[in-house]
Amino acid sequence: MENQKILIELKDITKLYVMGVEQLYALKGINSNIIKNDYVAIMGPSGSGKSTLMNIIGCLDTPTTGEYYLNGKNVSEMDDDELAEIRNIEIGFVFQTFNLLARSDALHNVELPLIYRGLSKAARIEKAEEALFNVGLQDRMKHKPNELSGGQRQRVAIARALVNDPSIILADEPTGNLDSKTGEEIMGLLEELNQKGNTIIIVTHEEEISQHAHRVIKIRDGLIESDALSKKGNMIRERKEILI
Amino acid sequence: MNFFLEIKENLIISYKAITANKLRSFLATLGIVIGITSVTLMQTAIEGITRAFEKSISAIGADVLYVQKFEWFGKEDWSFYRNRKDITMAQFNYLDKNAQTAAIMCPSVGAPKTVKYNDLVLENVFCVGTTYEYQQTFGTNMEDGRFFTNKESEGGYPVVVIGTDIRKAFFENTNPIGKTLKIGSYSFKVIGVIEKQGSLLGLFSLDNRVIIPINRFFKLFGGKRGLTINIKAQDVKNMDESKEEITSIMRKARRVPLGENDDFGINQQEAFKTTFESLTALIKIIGTLITSLSLIVGSVGIANIMFVSVKERTKEIGIRKAIGAKRRTIMYQFLIESITICLLGGIIGILISFPISLIIDAYVLPTAMPVWVIVLGLFVSALFGIMAGFFPAWNAAKMDPVEALRYE
Repeated sequence: MENQKILIELKDITKLYVMGVEQLYALKGINSNIIKNDYVAIMGPSGSGKSTLMNIIGCLDTPTTGEYYLNGKNVSEMDDDELAEIRNIEIGFVFQTFNLLARSDALHNVELPLIYRGLSKAARIEKAEEALFNVGLQDRMKHKPNELSGGQRQRVAIARALVNDPSIILADEPTGNLDSKTGEEIMGLLEELNQKGNTIIIVTHEEEISQHAHRVIKIRDGLIESDALSKKGNMIRERKEILI
Repeated sequence: MNFFLEIKENLIISYKAITANKLRSFLATLGIVIGITSVTLMQTAIEGITRAFEKSISAIGADVLYVQKFEWFGKEDWSFYRNRKDITMAQFNYLDKNAQTAAIMCPSVGAPKTVKYNDLVLENVFCVGTTYEYQQTFGTNMEDGRFFTNKESEGGYPVVVIGTDIRKAFFENTNPIGKTLKIGSYSFKVIGVIEKQGSLLGLFSLDNRVIIPINRFFKLFGGKRGLTINIKAQDVKNMDESKEEITSIMRKARRVPLGENDDFGINQQEAFKTTFESLTALIKIIGTLITSLSLIVGSVGIANIMFVSVKERTKEIGIRKAIGAKRRTIMYQFLIESITICLLGGIIGILISFPISLIIDAYVLPTAMPVWVIVLGLFVSALFGIMAGFFPAWNAAKMDPVEALRYE
């Protein structure tokens, strides 16, 4: 199938933390593939290594051993600046605490990845406005984060994640700081983006949230405990099989 | 990422950062303000002293050579020069006949005399005896009347040309021309007044003088005196060539044996400048060092505040890195912030020191802040901005994005 293209390939990923004399393996050998346009939830209790895995997938960190191919490129051997470029172009982050620049308005926050990509002012404004429009914030562009509600802030963050047309949208507990109603809205938005063709990976410890995804990978003690389709994923697969 | 785009974006970021912490930025840059104010004022003061000095020696004339038995700022003892033979009229005549590189020359002698007009008495007026070529040699302009002629000069007529100090003392409300005054006990007719010349090194007034024909001087005050031969060179650019020629002619005239040192000096304005410069060089170095200290203290303050700024914005750095900022971009961001703060300090410093320099110019020394001092001041503050910002910026650039994002 055409959209079965492998986007993320993790081979024997380990991550070792050394604190003084103590050595701690946060990841003990992760093997997994994620295909394009998938919607994956990574679950696990705190201390399981899921954040470490997310940092590696997001190219914020590199594995101690093992190989990580993103879009066919071996990311595990890249230096800081190459990783920065990959993050800029391939990955859109959505954080639990939104992580917007407090002094900048929504438009400028969304513009930021485009600035680092080196686009002209006119092109930046056009793309950023479009991204904000797509998350329904066309009339909040000139508002600063402290003038926006939590849900609106997270929408700005999603617009910022989308603006460079990344390969992956990586969301770390995207609803963790939101009330349940707003959380549902944000999850709806992510689902919509997935239907439009985006690959989405969310990291969460909430079972309920993970059920929005099509595939759930559970991590425990630095290893994959289980990797299975969710109810929704099963439904979609069945539907596809019927279609075929 | 395009370099200019990067600079522009970083300027906007630093503008926001600085305006968000106005008081802190101002206090941080205060050291630079004080530093630049003192550095630029110091340079302006040095410029003023130099200008005042150059003005005060301008009467010596850049293109005039003085052949004397003494050397200005000579290294030997006073008695060494005193025991040399005097320069005579015969030597002057010989030199005058043979020197090719000289445009014109005149001999001169001088002595302090008491000058009287009716009941008015001036003591210690410098009485100069010279020839009519004097006017051309020094390019002297007349305020009134005329200089003496060749005939008056040769014949030793009892005529006198006076300086403006004498005019002020004796002829405040009358025309001096044609009046008779006494030098010592001898009468002279005033024929001209030399325009105001100011003073030499601010010490002795060139206007407190009377000038008479040299032959008259010899007759009245004695002929056994050492002369000064004043020579106007043909070309101010070929002073060294002139000096060489005059040296060889004078050696011949004074019969200095081959291999012996010259027994006379050829002096020029240059000697004053050299002496002055070796003196002010030290003042310049020490002054610059001391004023630079305040700049260094100022930049330590900037470095300190930049470290705080980086620490405070750890999270922001993490966010920027997460969405694709490279090390260089983060580095520039903080460097430019530091440079901007320092440049602002520099500009404020110059805005303070410039009016002060105008006050100094009006009341203390003839000076003006030269453009190069302003440019240097701005350049130096930018440089200190780079130095102060480098390590904080480097710290920011090499932050680990994961840890930076976790920072609260």
